[in-house]
Amino acid sequence: MSSNVPSSSSGAAGSADSSAPRRNSKRPKYSRFTQQELPACKPILTPRWVISAFMLVGIIFIPIGVAALFASREVVEIVDRYETECIPEEFRNDKVNYIQKPGNKPCNRTLTVPKKMKQPIYVYYQLDNFYQNHRRYVKSRSDEQLRNNDSASDTSDCKPEDYANGAPIVPCGLIAWSLFNDTYNFSRNNEQLSLNKKGISWKSDREHKFGKDVYPKNFQNGTLIGGAHLNESIPLSEQEDLIVWMRTAALPTFRKLYGKIEVDLQINDTIQVSLENNYNTYSFNGKKKLVLSTTSWLGGKNDFLGIAYLTVGGICIFLAMAFTVVYLVKPRRLGDPSYLSWNRNPGGH
Amino acid sequence: MKRYVYINDDELSQDLYCDNRISNRKYTLLNFLPKNLWEQFSRFMNQYFLLIACLQLWPLITPVNPASTWGPLIFIFAVSATKEAWDDYNRYLSDKKANEKEVWVVRQGIKKHIQAQDICVGNVVWLRENEEVPCDLVLIGTSDPQGVCYVETAALDGETDLKTRVIPSACMGIDFELLHKMKGVIECPIPDRDIRRFDANLRLFPPFIDNDLCPLTIKNTILQSCYLRNTEWVCGVAVYTGNETKLGMSRGIPEPKLTAVDAMIDKLTGAIFVFQIVVVIVLGIAGNVWKDTEAVKQWYVLYPKEGPWYELLVIPLRFELLCSIMIPISIKVSLDLVKSLYAKFIDWDNQMIDQETSTRSHATNTAISEDLGQVEYILTDKTGTLTENRMIFRRCCIGGIFYGNESGDALKDVELLNAVSSGSSDVIRFVTVMAICNTVIPVKSKTGAISYKAQSQDEDALVQAAACLHMVFVNKNANTLEINFNASIIQYEVLDTLEFTSDRKRMSVVVKDCQNGKIFLLSKGADEAIIPYACAGQQTRTFTEAVDQYSQLGLRTLCLAWRELKEDEYQDWSLMFKEANSTLVDREWRLAEVCQRLEHDLEILGVTAIEDRLQDGVPETIETLRKAGINFWMLTGDKQNTAIQIALSCNFISPEPKGQLLLINGKTEDEVGRSLDRVLLTMRITTSEPKDVAFVIDGWALEIALKHYRKVFTELAILSRTALCCRVTPSQKAQLVEILKSCDYRTLAIGDGGNDVRMIQQADIGVGISGREGLQAARAADYSIGKFRFLKRLILVHGRYSYNRTAFLSQYSFYKSLLICFIQIFFSFISGVSGTSLFNSVSLMAYNVFYTSIPVLVSVLDKDLSEKTVMQHPQILFYCQAGRLLNPSTFAGWFGRSLFHAIVVFVISIHAYAYEKSEMEEVSMVALSGCIWLQAFVVTIETNSFTVLQHLAIWGNLAAFYIINWILSAVPASGLYTIMFRLCTQPSYWITMFLIVVTGMGPVLAIKYFRYTYRPSKINTLQQAERLGGPILSLGNIEPQPRSIEKDVSPLSITLPKNRNPVYEPLLSDSPNSTRKSFGSSTTFDFFPSQSRLSSSYSRNCKDN
Repeated sequence: MSSNVPSSSSGAAGSADSSAPRRNSKRPKYSRFTQQELPACKPILTPRWVISAFMLVGIIFIPIGVAALFASREVVEIVDRYETECIPEEFRNDKVNYIQKPGNKPCNRTLTVPKKMKQPIYVYYQLDNFYQNHRRYVKSRSDEQLRNNDSASDTSDCKPEDYANGAPIVPCGLIAWSLFNDTYNFSRNNEQLSLNKKGISWKSDREHKFGKDVYPKNFQNGTLIGGAHLNESIPLSEQEDLIVWMRTAALPTFRKLYGKIEVDLQINDTIQVSLENNYNTYSFNGKKKLVLSTTSWLGGKNDFLGIAYLTVGGICIFLAMAFTVVYLVKPRRLGDPSYLSWNRNPGGH
Repeated sequence: MKRYVYINDDELSQDLYCDNRISNRKYTLLNFLPKNLWEQFSRFMNQYFLLIACLQLWPLITPVNPASTWGPLIFIFAVSATKEAWDDYNRYLSDKKANEKEVWVVRQGIKKHIQAQDICVGNVVWLRENEEVPCDLVLIGTSDPQGVCYVETAALDGETDLKTRVIPSACMGIDFELLHKMKGVIECPIPDRDIRRFDANLRLFPPFIDNDLCPLTIKNTILQSCYLRNTEWVCGVAVYTGNETKLGMSRGIPEPKLTAVDAMIDKLTGAIFVFQIVVVIVLGIAGNVWKDTEAVKQWYVLYPKEGPWYELLVIPLRFELLCSIMIPISIKVSLDLVKSLYAKFIDWDNQMIDQETSTRSHATNTAISEDLGQVEYILTDKTGTLTENRMIFRRCCIGGIFYGNESGDALKDVELLNAVSSGSSDVIRFVTVMAICNTVIPVKSKTGAISYKAQSQDEDALVQAAACLHMVFVNKNANTLEINFNASIIQYEVLDTLEFTSDRKRMSVVVKDCQNGKIFLLSKGADEAIIPYACAGQQTRTFTEAVDQYSQLGLRTLCLAWRELKEDEYQDWSLMFKEANSTLVDREWRLAEVCQRLEHDLEILGVTAIEDRLQDGVPETIETLRKAGINFWMLTGDKQNTAIQIALSCNFISPEPKGQLLLINGKTEDEVGRSLDRVLLTMRITTSEPKDVAFVIDGWALEIALKHYRKVFTELAILSRTALCCRVTPSQKAQLVEILKSCDYRTLAIGDGGNDVRMIQQADIGVGISGREGLQAARAADYSIGKFRFLKRLILVHGRYSYNRTAFLSQYSFYKSLLICFIQIFFSFISGVSGTSLFNSVSLMAYNVFYTSIPVLVSVLDKDLSEKTVMQHPQILFYCQAGRLLNPSTFAGWFGRSLFHAIVVFVISIHAYAYEKSEMEEVSMVALSGCIWLQAFVVTIETNSFTVLQHLAIWGNLAAFYIINWILSAVPASGLYTIMFRLCTQPSYWITMFLIVVTGMGPVLAIKYFRYTYRPSKINTLQQAERLGGPILSLGNIEPQPRSIEKDVSPLSITLPKNRNPVYEPLLSDSPNSTRKSFGSSTTFDFFPSQSRLSSSYSRNCKDN
């Protein structure tokens, strides 16, 4: 914030002048820092500067907002909420009981592609009202154990899912225990759509956070069965569903990547989804959604940034104009000494 | 209680008293840790942080790694402890040096070389020239045949002149060899800290002369830490050793002073603490409710059905820990740091160096610079503070004839010179008294020039003047004085010296003229201590008039008198005097009583007038500070008339008709009471008048007023902007400070002498002038300056900047802590009110200690207005005095700002990073970077002047934030691994940052601009004027007004106490105004004071514009 006033360091120069005659040989070393006379730029809020700042911000913001909104609108997104529909009518009164029953709970959904979707198409599952950020939950993991085969018994943070049948659980903790276990299969026109489940997790996680030689052990062997089971012959670094799940979400509504469809989907394509409805979100009235989405330079479909930019940009321009009007209607000389009451005539009372 | 010291007795008293080991240390190696920790934990803040840190050790409740609190806590403690340890180590080293110094001591009758720490009470210690005295000694022998030695007592009282010390009469003439074998007993009081008194007796055992009690005074001692000068050797008996010496007893650590700003910060901290408790309780209850209703349904959380008994407490305690960062742990460290820098700036200031003596200003107390900017009352001493304390003999009145009235210098007055040379007896006697009635020591240098070592500047001036009048005081050998008058030597034998005390206000000597054997009493003293004792029949009117006339000119007057004593009268009196001199209890009082018996029926010779010139720049300084709204009180030991004159000449009070002087006097309770009421009434009425009203009170009336009319006097003190208190004692000075302090005023006491020490220590800020009266005041003071005029710069520049800077720094510290804390609180609402921390431990710790501390620390270089502008518009100090920049309402502004910014950061972060992006670590880093960006811009917008350092700190800090997090992101083991790289490559991250900054700062800037332009404070207006170069700079110019006493010779409109009705008739006005106090407090909470209110307050400050 600078007001191109050439007053920078004028104060310093002034005081240096005034002290010049007092300088003599006895005078100790002079340094601008110790005398608090470092050259300084002293901007003030002049109307011109403030108005142009607001104007500039507004002018920058509106194009960015348009671009962001455009990007968000470009994204094609299919959202299918299925947690109620996938419960047979007769069980709708007691969903929790149904979901907790052993056995397969298949469900078929049909999706219509509203617009052409270019590959890669990301398949997400979205959970609502699921507190992955709950303190009891988010802490309940052992990074050491996940990374290192030797640290299998390092389960101190994992309570209450640390030990089962007297042996440590690998991977331990509530997060792993509650691993999402609905499965999806996609077909288009009765033709299987291949779903790439490789590379859905962060590369850094696969390589550094989850050990190549750490295998699931003793997992889901306790009295309470939480979520998915893991194949004990595959190392954790390749259990990408688990890796994705273990990246806890900060919000109670979140999407997690399930896989990628690597073919383009055409407009009005119908896609059959055969899913296994296993995961219990019914006890806490959580929603489950299946999401197919393309992506843009800003990420997925999210109008927030675009709208926010347009709003803020608009307000800035409005403020700039308002200040201009006020300035023109009611000009005010800056630094007018008559505003200093001690310069007024004290005889007035 | 008494102490008996047996001289040279090796067996006795060995273990009775402590040895001579000096210890200034606070700690020992063993008790350092516990004692230091105990001291640090006696502060509330530290206790609080310790509690938080301990709670964090409980893994069930801690939201973050305990290191995030323990780290800073241990760091802070380590810093303070290291500082203490270093100081203590240095003290240990200097103690060790003193303790291991080799001295000669007599042991078993043989002189031995031992270490100073092994000296025992009763040992005979030998010292040579220029050696330091290792313990308190009673002299028993010197190299000088007259038994005199000279010591320099600078380390003790700061006085640089040499003082004479004599051996007791009983020891006079004892042979050098015999001193080894001397035996005797000294009866002395138990150790105390009074360096001016030593009431003891000495009795020598046979074979040493008479078995008589010999009284000892402080003149017979040499005290620890003095230096022996001009004397080949002395020997003395150790009476007090080690930490029981006078010096050791007077050592002590003064109470730490708390500034108003500190008190306000404590208050605000308390408020935040209460707020925090409320938040914790609310969230704790909400958390427990959520847990019981919702969390039981969230099967994946797996809450046990039956929890432990303390389960209800777990969530509130978690929130307590989460919210503990609301109170910034770094604030104390930051404040200590910047405060020591403020002090350094004072030390470094080249414009506050006294060029004559090249003494720098020094801030002894580094913690109270902000208070300088909030001073409301300045209580100043007169002599040496306002004046130079360089006494010059100017006029005199001898036997009714005035000398020096025309030329202004009696020494150049031809009539006086003629009178001296013609041998007029009155004049000769007068000059003789000038020359010998004193305690001055003439020192002959090798070239034959005589210089005088005097303890009092007045005596020095008189002796010098006498020398100019051909009465040269050439030599003083023990009891014999030699005077060279017109080339003939006259000798006098000094029989007794009746010393000056501030109660007696006079001193006398009894001398015997060696020529004719006549005995004379020569006295000099204040007029009221001499004139009433004039012999019957002498006309004292001319003298009273002379005193009045001189004091109206602001000259210091002394009356000189003499009386011839009859041999037997003197003998009788001498016995009484001797007896009084050897009493141990109330010796001073007894002596005064005995002296009184001799000092009567005096023949008054004349009056001397000594000028004490005003220091440079005193009137301008007072005027400027006056305009800044500071009230001045002058407390002086001088006479009323002199005080009034000095006050007039230095703009302290204005002459009629602009000023009005109200007199409070009276000798009895009733009189004083009536006088007080009358003055108070006048005062109440005239507060609405644009008039300088001041009251004058003398010590006697003050005593009564303080005793019986404390309430009335306090009210008067509040109403009065100016007061002159004359003839006050040091303790009264301190009492006055206390009265003002009890009315909640910030007081600054400034003085230069030992009599100001109590006042200086009592006041909120003590300023000492390192002047001619020694360094006593400067040592006791929080600040020492070389000249009074530096006070202006000290207050207006250093005090004001310090206050502004601290106000910003402290509120900013709260702002940034609240900001991050609010985000945590908001986050808890979307994390099941379970007390999850959004931020990781490292970020939290670094945020408080590092990311946000560095940029704000350079605000110590910020200047809202240039020094020149402040000096020209001292009225601007009002903002500091009234605490406009740091008070609950400004704090509420910062609180609101942090709430607003937290909402901005939180809402934008969770919306921009929703759905598939909502990864815990990423969202946390987005929110954290949002906070860092915002705080960089907040510091920017609140900074008034940018130097290179500011830019470096603000933007460098921002860069450092990214660099540090990139480094953390490169470590695979850290939780942050790759997060920051991931974010920085996302366009959405940068767009989010930009949005946060603009949304957060836009409204702040808009509001600030609006206020700045349409509701400018005085500071803003001056800033604009200063930077746009408006006409304002020429308006408030203060013309230097050189004034000196000489020019104001014309009689003044102030009528003096002779007027029976000393209270002036008030100019009646029908609106008794509200007191200053009431509107002071009402404006405190006012963000934009109405113009009228401000102007009315300023009008009082600017009456003389």
